[in-house]
Amino acid sequence: MEFRNQTLENGLEIVAECNDQAYSMGLGFFVNTGSRDETSDNSGVSHFLEHMVFKGTPRRSAADVNRELDEIGSQSNAYTSEEHTVYYAAALPEYQTRAVDLLADIMRPSLREGDFETEKKVIIEEICKYDDQPPFGAHEKCMELYFAAHPLGRNVLGTADSVGALTPEAMREYFQRRYSPGNIKVVAAGCFDFDQLVADVETCCGGWEPFQAARNQTGTNGAAGFDFVERESAVQQYIVQISGGPSAQDADRYAHRVLSTIFGDEGGSRLFWAFVDTGLAEYAAAGTYEFQDAGITMTFLSCDPDAAVDNLRRLGDLQAAVLTEPVSDKELELAKSKICSQVVRRSERPSNRLFAVGGGWLQRRQYQPIKDVVEAYRAVTLDDVNEIAAKYPLHQTATVVSGPRTDW
Amino acid sequence: MSQQIHSHEFDNGLILVAQSMDWLESSAFTLALPAGCAKDPSDRRGLGNFTCEMVQRGSGSLDSREFSEALDRLGTDRSASVSAEHTSYGAATLADKLDETLALYADLVRRPRLPASQMEEARQVCLHEVQAVEDDLAQMAMQHVRLQTFGEPCGRSNPGDREGVSAVTSEDVAEFIDQHYVPNGAILSVAGKIDWPRLRDQVEQQFGSWQGASDSHSQSQVVHRAEYSHVEHDSAQVHIAVSYPSIPYDHADFFVARGALGVLSDGMSSRLFTHVREEKGLCYTIYATYSAVLHHGRVLSYAATSTERAQETLDVMLSELVRLSDGIDDGELNRLKARVKSALIMQQESSTARSGAMAGDWYHLGRVRTKDEITKAIDGLTVDTVNAYLAENRASDFSIVTVGAEPLRVAEPLAKK
Repeated sequence: MEFRNQTLENGLEIVAECNDQAYSMGLGFFVNTGSRDETSDNSGVSHFLEHMVFKGTPRRSAADVNRELDEIGSQSNAYTSEEHTVYYAAALPEYQTRAVDLLADIMRPSLREGDFETEKKVIIEEICKYDDQPPFGAHEKCMELYFAAHPLGRNVLGTADSVGALTPEAMREYFQRRYSPGNIKVVAAGCFDFDQLVADVETCCGGWEPFQAARNQTGTNGAAGFDFVERESAVQQYIVQISGGPSAQDADRYAHRVLSTIFGDEGGSRLFWAFVDTGLAEYAAAGTYEFQDAGITMTFLSCDPDAAVDNLRRLGDLQAAVLTEPVSDKELELAKSKICSQVVRRSERPSNRLFAVGGGWLQRRQYQPIKDVVEAYRAVTLDDVNEIAAKYPLHQTATVVSGPRTDW
Repeated sequence: MSQQIHSHEFDNGLILVAQSMDWLESSAFTLALPAGCAKDPSDRRGLGNFTCEMVQRGSGSLDSREFSEALDRLGTDRSASVSAEHTSYGAATLADKLDETLALYADLVRRPRLPASQMEEARQVCLHEVQAVEDDLAQMAMQHVRLQTFGEPCGRSNPGDREGVSAVTSEDVAEFIDQHYVPNGAILSVAGKIDWPRLRDQVEQQFGSWQGASDSHSQSQVVHRAEYSHVEHDSAQVHIAVSYPSIPYDHADFFVARGALGVLSDGMSSRLFTHVREEKGLCYTIYATYSAVLHHGRVLSYAATSTERAQETLDVMLSELVRLSDGIDDGELNRLKARVKSALIMQQESSTARSGAMAGDWYHLGRVRTKDEITKAIDGLTVDTVNAYLAENRASDFSIVTVGAEPLRVAEPLAKK
C-alpha cells in the first residue's frame, strides 16, 4: 500500500491509499462540517444539505444523479455527524473517472426549491423514525446535557420544528460558508490510478473558488447531570451516559479505547459479565468517540424498568471500580488482541480503509498505515490505561434515562 | 481471483465447504446446525434460542469466562444466531488463528457444559430478547409478516414468547442439543486464507467422531396467508410490512426473479426509492428484499411513515409492487447488472460475507454458486426474459401487517381479518 497526496491551487486536498491488490475502490468527499457548525437558527441544516446534495446540479437532475450512481454499479451513500459530512461510493476501478465526475459534480448542488420542500418531508420522517425507536431521544439529550453550551451538543438531525423552519436561502448561506475547497478532502482507498484521480479532480473541482471556512474551536470539560425522557409506551428502560475522554488529536486515544474495551465491549468486558451474562440487563456496553477538541465515553444500558434504579447504581459502582480495581495484565492483553485483530480484518475492505484514511486526515492531517495503528495499540501499557482511568473518571457522567418510569 | 469451491462430506454427514481467498489476511466460518426455531416444541417457543445462549456458557474444559477469554486472546470476532431453519455460529479471525478457533467451536457444539446454575441467568437473557422486540416496531412488523407469509413453524422468530421461555427446563435444552446439534444436516462453511487439505484434516480431527442425524430432511409445511392485520401502538409512525410469494432459491428462474426485485429495490434509482421516497417524500425508509426457506421464496417489503401519510404510502407501495409486472426497461436492467457485479466482487473482499453466503447456497442448492456462474446468469438476463417472467408471476396475494396508531384501509380480498 502506498500513500499519496496532492493539493490543488484552490486548496482542495486529495489523499489516497493505493493498493494494487484490491479489487474495488472507495472514493469519498469528506467535508469538514457538521452540526457543531450550526446555530439554533439553522439546526439540522448540515444533514438536510447532505440529502439535498443528491438532488441535482446544473448538469444533472436528482433522477440523473441516482441513475448514474447505479449505472456505475456503486454502493453509495452519505452521512452527517457533529463534525463531518461525508459523501462516498464504493465501486469497481473501471468506473473511477465516472465516479469522480459524479461525486464532484454533486458537491456543487443546485438546491432547487421544489426538491427542497419534498426532501424536507423525508427528513421529518427520518426524525420521526428515531423518535419512535430506542433510546427515544435519550442519546441526543445526553449529548446536550454533557456538552452544555458547547456546539458538540447540537443535535445532528435537528428537530421537526427546526427543520420545518429551514429555507433554501438559509441552506445556501450555510453551503457558501462551509463547502470551500479548502474545507473538503477528496479521499480514495483501494485499487485506482492516482495520477488519473488528480487529473480528474483538477478538471472537475479546479474551478471552485476558495474562501475561508473556519470552525470555532473551544475545548470543553463536559458537564455532569441527570435528566429523563418519559416514554409511557416503552417496555424497557434505557440509560445513556457520557463521560470524558481524549480528543482525536490526543495520543491518549489508544489507551482510552483499550480501557473502554476492557470496561464496556459488547462481549467479554466488565459490563458484559456484570449485566448481560447475569441477565440483569438486555444490553450494556460502552464505546469511545473522538472529536477535534474533545472526546467521550458513551455507555448504554437497557433493562426492565423495575431493575433500572438498581442497575444505574450498579453501573456507577462498576465505573468507580475502574479506579479501585485497576486493570489487570490479562484484561489488557485480551483487549489489545481483540482490537488489533479487528483493525487488520476491517482493513481488508477498501471501503473501510476509505473512512480510516479520510477520518485520520480530517482530524489530524495524518496518514497512518495499518501496521502503525496496530503498533500503537500494542504499545499501550498497564500504566497508560490506569492513568487514563484516573484522568477521565468513568463515573463522572451526564446521564439521561428514557422509558416508562417517571420516579427519578 | 480464484473461485474454486472445495467441498467434502464426512462419514457422519457433516458438510465442509470452503473457498480459498489467499488475497485476504483473515479466515471466517459459519457453522449452520439443523437446529432452527421451527424445531421448538409449540409449548417451548424460544427453546432453540435458549439453547444457543446456554451452549455459550462453557464447553469442553473451559467455563463460560475461560471460553470467552480464549476467543479474545485469538482476536476472534464471533456471532451466534437462530433462524427458523438453523442455529448458526460464526467466527472471523486472522488466518493463523483458524485452527484454534475451530477447535474451540468443536467443543462448543459437541461438548457444551450447560451449567444448571446458569439456567436462570440464561432465561433472563432470553426474556429480554422477547421484550426488546416490543420496543422495536420495525422488527415487530417484520416478525408478524413473516409469520403470516411463511406460517407455522417456518415463519417464527427466534426469541419465541414469554410462556415458552419461562417453561424451558435443563432437560429441554439437553434434549434439543441431542436431537438437533448433530453433524448430519450441518454445514461448516469456511472462507479466507486457507489451505484446503490441511483444513479438511483439521475438521476431520475436530468433528469426525461427532455422531447424530437430524430429521431436518422432513420438510416443514409452509402456508402463505393473504390477509391484513394491524397491531395497535402509540407511535409517531406506522410501520408497514408487505409480503407476497416469489419463487424458491433453487428455482431455475431465480436470477430472473432476483433481477426483477433489484429493479424494485436495489440502488438509488430503484422504483420504490424513486417513486415513494424521492418523488413524493412519503417516507425515509423503504425497501423490498428476497427471503427464503427451503423450497419457498417470498418478497418482503417495508416502509415507515407518519400516521397521516401512511395510507398513501401503503397505496403507492402496493401499486409499485403490482406495476412491476408490467415490465422493466433496458436502463433498469443494465443498472441492475452493474450493481450485482460490483456487489459480487466486493463480497470477495470479506471472508465473513463469503462464508455466510456459501452456507446459504449449500443449504438451498447442495452446492455453491461461484462468482462466474452468477455473473454469467446475470449477464444472460434480457428485458424480454425478465418481462416474460414478471407477466407470469404477477405480485399478488399480499400479506400485510401494520404497527401504529391507526389501522389502514386495505382493498379486498385482503381485508378479511
